[in-house]
Amino acid sequence: MTLRDDLEKIRQEREKNIKDVGDLKKLDALRVELLGKKGPITQALRGMRNLSADERPKFGQFANSVRDELQSAIETRRDELKKALLNKQLQNETIDVTLPGKPVAQGQPHVIQQIIDQIEDLFIGMGYQVLSGPEVEEDKYNFEMMNLPKDHPARDMQDTFYITKDILMRTQTSPMQARTLEKHDFSKGPLKMISPGVVYRRDTDDPTHSHQFHQVEGIVIDKHVTMADLKGTLELIAHELFGDRFDIRLRPSYFPFTEPSVEADITCFNCGGKGCAVCKYTGWIEVLGAGMVHPNVLEMAGVDSEVYGGFAFGVGPDRFAMLKYGVDDIRNFYLNDVRFLTQFSKKG
Amino acid sequence: MKIAYSWLQEYLDIQVSPKDLGEKIERSSVEVDSVTRPSDGLKKIVVGKIMSMEPHPDSDHLQVCQVDVGDDDLSQIVCGAPNVATDKKVIVALPGSRIGGNVKIKRSKMRGVVSNGMICALDEIGFSKDVVPKEWADGIYFLPDDAKIGEPVFPYLGMDDYLIDVDVTPNRGDMLSVYGVARDLGAIYAQTPKLNHPHVEEVGTAASDKVSIEADEDLAPIYKMRIVENVKIQPSPRWLQIKLWNAGVRPINNVVDVTNYILLKYGQPLHAFDYNKVSGSTIKARYAQKGEKLTTLDEAEHDLNEKDIVIADDQKPIALAGVMGGLNSEIDDQTTTVAIESAVFTPTLIRKTAQRQNLHTDASQRFERGVNRGGVEEAADAAAQMMHELAGGDVLKGIVTGSSYDVKPVVVNITLSRINHILGTDLSLDQVKAIFKQLGFGVTLDGEKYTVTVPTSRWDIHIPADLVEEVARIYGYDKIPSTLPSGPTTVGALTERQKLMRDSRHVLESLGLNQAISYALTTDAKAKQFMMRESAETHLSWPMTADHTTLRMNMISGLLDDVAYNNARRVKDVALYEQGRVFYKDSEDEVRPSEHEHIAGAVSGQLVVDPLKNAKHNAIDFYQLKGIVEKYLNNLAIKGDIEFIATDKYPEMHPGRTADIFIHGHYVGFIGQVHPSVAEAYKINQTYVFELDLDALIEMPKDMNQFEPISKYPSITRDVALLVDKSVTNAQVLAQIHKRGGAYLKSVHLFDIYDGKNLPGGKQSLAYTLTYQNPNATLTDDEVNQAFEKVQKTLVSELGAEIR
Repeated sequence: MTLRDDLEKIRQEREKNIKDVGDLKKLDALRVELLGKKGPITQALRGMRNLSADERPKFGQFANSVRDELQSAIETRRDELKKALLNKQLQNETIDVTLPGKPVAQGQPHVIQQIIDQIEDLFIGMGYQVLSGPEVEEDKYNFEMMNLPKDHPARDMQDTFYITKDILMRTQTSPMQARTLEKHDFSKGPLKMISPGVVYRRDTDDPTHSHQFHQVEGIVIDKHVTMADLKGTLELIAHELFGDRFDIRLRPSYFPFTEPSVEADITCFNCGGKGCAVCKYTGWIEVLGAGMVHPNVLEMAGVDSEVYGGFAFGVGPDRFAMLKYGVDDIRNFYLNDVRFLTQFSKKG
Repeated sequence: MKIAYSWLQEYLDIQVSPKDLGEKIERSSVEVDSVTRPSDGLKKIVVGKIMSMEPHPDSDHLQVCQVDVGDDDLSQIVCGAPNVATDKKVIVALPGSRIGGNVKIKRSKMRGVVSNGMICALDEIGFSKDVVPKEWADGIYFLPDDAKIGEPVFPYLGMDDYLIDVDVTPNRGDMLSVYGVARDLGAIYAQTPKLNHPHVEEVGTAASDKVSIEADEDLAPIYKMRIVENVKIQPSPRWLQIKLWNAGVRPINNVVDVTNYILLKYGQPLHAFDYNKVSGSTIKARYAQKGEKLTTLDEAEHDLNEKDIVIADDQKPIALAGVMGGLNSEIDDQTTTVAIESAVFTPTLIRKTAQRQNLHTDASQRFERGVNRGGVEEAADAAAQMMHELAGGDVLKGIVTGSSYDVKPVVVNITLSRINHILGTDLSLDQVKAIFKQLGFGVTLDGEKYTVTVPTSRWDIHIPADLVEEVARIYGYDKIPSTLPSGPTTVGALTERQKLMRDSRHVLESLGLNQAISYALTTDAKAKQFMMRESAETHLSWPMTADHTTLRMNMISGLLDDVAYNNARRVKDVALYEQGRVFYKDSEDEVRPSEHEHIAGAVSGQLVVDPLKNAKHNAIDFYQLKGIVEKYLNNLAIKGDIEFIATDKYPEMHPGRTADIFIHGHYVGFIGQVHPSVAEAYKINQTYVFELDLDALIEMPKDMNQFEPISKYPSITRDVALLVDKSVTNAQVLAQIHKRGGAYLKSVHLFDIYDGKNLPGGKQSLAYTLTYQNPNATLTDDEVNQAFEKVQKTLVSELGAEIR
């Protein structure tokens, strides 16, 4: 047997052995056994010195090639084993992806707040200021300056919580019209504002009445603001809050602080205008009141009604929310049942 | 008010269906509540004739009638009405018919006798009992003898007419009459309504010989009377009864019915007195006197107020003026002489009287809104003439006047350009002129200026803006274009304050709290709980319910009501916040409270509801809510340190689990657990709450320097565990560490608290990680060790800590 024969034998046998090794530890032991300092290849290379000068390089080359072959076989096997091991581990780590996700805390804005924010954003985009006024108001601003002198029959339309003869819980956000008109400096440009807030009426709470609810007042006063501008603005509110397919129609109405006064109806949500029980078979649902600001209101606030004029409107977010989502009882908004509040979490 | 379609047709050529007419009225004049037919929902109700009848063998009041309903054979129908009689034409509900109240009539047996339907009274076919004439109240109704057997009964009762129910706004009192509606429809459809005017046939005697009137003009600006003698009281003819009951008015007798008919037709309330019941011959319109009483026609007795207006004879009140007549001067079967009052009373006085006496009538409703001051005499004339025609009365000569008023039409000027300027339209001179003419207004044109003369029938119109509205509604709101305001650009943006309020809501929502909106009006007791400062209460002067009498001075009590509502419905996990106003008064004398924005939260049960966790262990505690409040306050970036200082000053809070919150030394609110006995009173589970003065937070200076370069030099940490007395607080330890921490101490974190086994009594172990960093250089171990050593020494000397 020559050294070469020995190595050849090792190569053939061991390459087969390597393929049979079942775990990484044994593979490592085999690697040391074959390629270590005491291994046959090292031994064979050491024995090279006994060879002739011309045999030596040939044998050296052969020995190195055997070593490389074995080494690569071991590496291949190691990769195989590692991969198998990893696969096994991954298999063990398999989870039930249908188990529930871990709960996180997320609160919701109140549905009425969502509507108010939506209205605010719409009007801010059109250059309106957002102003808020006192909830405890003077009779003067709530009624008198809104062209509702004491003993005006229209005061009966709004039953009022009085605190004293002259102080009351505001029944509408309209007093903010008077308050801002009084202050506004028209030399600095038109007045364009909305005023959202809580209002109060002396009502018994039932599915359609609440002694506390919300309003958003809007007013635009300039040298040339028209009823057509009001109509366009109200259409915009309807489209923003409900969608483009909703139409607005105006009807004559009466508010002491506007003349002409209109009520705006919107296409019925339930039937899309065909007529149903919800809209009393008219195809329309009343949503807001508006009109051209009454000259008396302007004059009482010190604004020259010959030069300036404009429109005002009042929107009820509670009513909008009821219509938009089909909420059938206004009291839901103020009882704060968590199951109710958290329903309105869908964005967009 | 219900307006009959057929009545309008008497004056107008109406080419549209009742429903379309209703829609037109709604779009152009006033709201329409409904357009209905009294016969809606009824069927197979026909004219029958009772051919014979015999007593029911097993009953003492039932009659077995053989009724001709137009079939080949007679129908046998059992009837229990006391007035059932042969040869009468009656209302028969056939088998399979549907009568009032959605009741179905079937062939049936009554005490063993077959009954093929039912003979009906008026209220059984949908009439309100309030409008059924007294003579038909307790029995079946007899149709006219010429009614066609087997035909539906509806036309004979006016039930096939359409009734348009108009909901009249306070300014459009003119629409509370058939004439008023006809005039407005005339304007809308460009027709002149054919309104007739009465011609009175008078006899020789002057009415003024019979009566004289003293009327205070402040109470009754117009007060007039006509006298009709020799009337014969009887039921009104059917056509009149139908007009009344379709308008919701009960027919009484020919005299009273005439006054009601005139009210419906002209909108002028009238009252008929039995002249012979009036004491003396002078009638007064005056204030009631102290102690006077009056029993009105509805048999209710009223203690009169000195501000009520009455009509009185020389002894007593005989009517509550403008509201309802007195029983003592009522028209009855024996009445022969009638005094017809046609007047105008001061609206506010009538309104107050109606409110005070809680008596709202068709008359008061109209006087409150005003009536046509130019039509007072016409109404009296029309009534007198009708009493002549229907009751055979003799109308005495002339009208007796107690007060009168020179009614002049209102003249208003307006230009075409002004109208177009306000409406945003491009109407022509002729278009607008035509509209004014259609409305029955007088109009002359000078250049583009209209001089409009408004008739007294439209007393709501005074100023140019009123004319603009008339033009707009008659032209049609649908035709007005849609634009947006033009003109100078304005800036629209939320103010800093508004942004902060919005951000506050968003932060708390992101931390898991749901926005609540509770009632600001609450009970006296709840209003003054959880007070952040002293304040007097603000009460409503006339609350609606005991639950809402007082303005809140805290937000928490409202949130606890919400928690209670949820807990009562087995919703245990409640996480709410609310942003809103509280109302403070510095003293009882202050009338108007000041309003302050607060923000508050209440959490009960689990903040993060995890069914896989033990609900009790996962329930909210002080530190979880404190974490939320800290995060919120940090987000607001208020300058200065936030401190939580233990307090037991709130009676509604747990004395050992409550802290006042200070920022930079300023009190801004508190946090803690609701006192168990308060929780019990609210019927709520353990709940943690906080309330903050949002106004104060908004006003505090902010630290907007958000960015600090991240040091590229490594940080070094040291841990220290201390054994200290339980009375030593985290805040005390931190204060000492920071005091002696040295220049490079960057942060300190508590990472362990232990007060369990193996520790000496009254002791706890606190462990902290101190992080050191030099932003400009790499720290050496020596530097850190020195600094750390100092801290440890301080803790030992200042807090008696044992370093473990």
